[in-house]
Amino acid sequence: MQIVLALVIGAAFGATLDRIGATNPNWIIRMLALRNLHLMKTILLAIGTGSILMFGGQMLGLVDVMHMSVKSAYVGVFIGGLLLGGGWAASGYCPGTGVCAAASGRKDALFFIAGGLLGAAAYMVTYDSWKASGLLDGIAGGKVTLGTVPGSKFEGMMALPGDILGIVLGLVFVIVAFVLPDSLVGGGEEVAAA
Amino acid sequence: MVLNWKTGGVLLGFVFFLAVLLVKPIGVSTQFVILDAIVADAVNPELITQTDDGAYTSTNAYLAKSKGKYAKNASNPLNYSFIFVIAMMIGAFASAKARGGIGKDEAKLPAIWYANYGDTPVKRYAVAFIGGFVVLYGARLAGGCTSGHMMSGMMQTSLSGYIFAAGAFLAAIPVAMMVYKKGA
Repeated sequence: MQIVLALVIGAAFGATLDRIGATNPNWIIRMLALRNLHLMKTILLAIGTGSILMFGGQMLGLVDVMHMSVKSAYVGVFIGGLLLGGGWAASGYCPGTGVCAAASGRKDALFFIAGGLLGAAAYMVTYDSWKASGLLDGIAGGKVTLGTVPGSKFEGMMALPGDILGIVLGLVFVIVAFVLPDSLVGGGEEVAAA
Repeated sequence: MVLNWKTGGVLLGFVFFLAVLLVKPIGVSTQFVILDAIVADAVNPELITQTDDGAYTSTNAYLAKSKGKYAKNASNPLNYSFIFVIAMMIGAFASAKARGGIGKDEAKLPAIWYANYGDTPVKRYAVAFIGGFVVLYGARLAGGCTSGHMMSGMMQTSLSGYIFAAGAFLAAIPVAMMVYKKGA
């Protein structure tokens, strides 16, 4: 059953990434250079929609709170984020969109995957030094949500009800998606939409 | 043409919701480690071992962490998360085919690369390779990528998701502006 769900949800995810332009480095780079924020609006609306549905579903008792999986916060998250961001902008791919782009026929994405496999292997062999550095030790409580979600195994940073806060923040994401302009920076000639 | 952001955003949000409703939040970058471990274990079978009580462990500390979770998944590739990434590729392939493919030029070089650097595929493939290395090293250091940390994380109001997104955009925006000056 798990495998069937993996096939169905995974295929839906891959197809959606393709249809919103996330597997297309042109759209990713135009977004990150702030020249065309169409994809940013898509992503913000998606986070908001997902958040409202999940926390709303939890409040109605339709969504199992135990399905939440919160990752730990530590200094390495920020450093890793910086690295990922730099590589993301230079290549136009992140891990998920890179594998989907390769599947859609992009040759450069194959090189991205090859580099990615080597990068992941490099982390495997250097993990001990990161661990010893203390930069992987949890900060601000480690695996925490911003508010305290009822019935969750994860602690909240604040005593605020985490499900209501989740819906409010979800609405904020939706509003930002609507008010965000189409572009923050002009410049360059138009690249034909591919 | 891509989907309008309102349609696309709701659709993408619904997929993330569906994942957490039925199984667990979406994540991708761990599977690069799993594939590495599958290959490495095939070359050196002593990398991943099973103890008498059935638990998995590894001579590599990263694969052995969290009670050998990664070692176990690499020994059993037919697990949810690994199949999920294979299915993503099938979905993206079918979707691209259904809309008529991406075209020969785009398959070779993205238009924005061409606008900035011309017909230089070798240079582009080198940048993609190095970019991939840095992206996955960073994602494993952070413990997740754009899917797991940014999308799934912020959707669940995880503190770590916000920290990750701050780092990612802080680096990505100036790099994108500097490397790709042309192409709106």
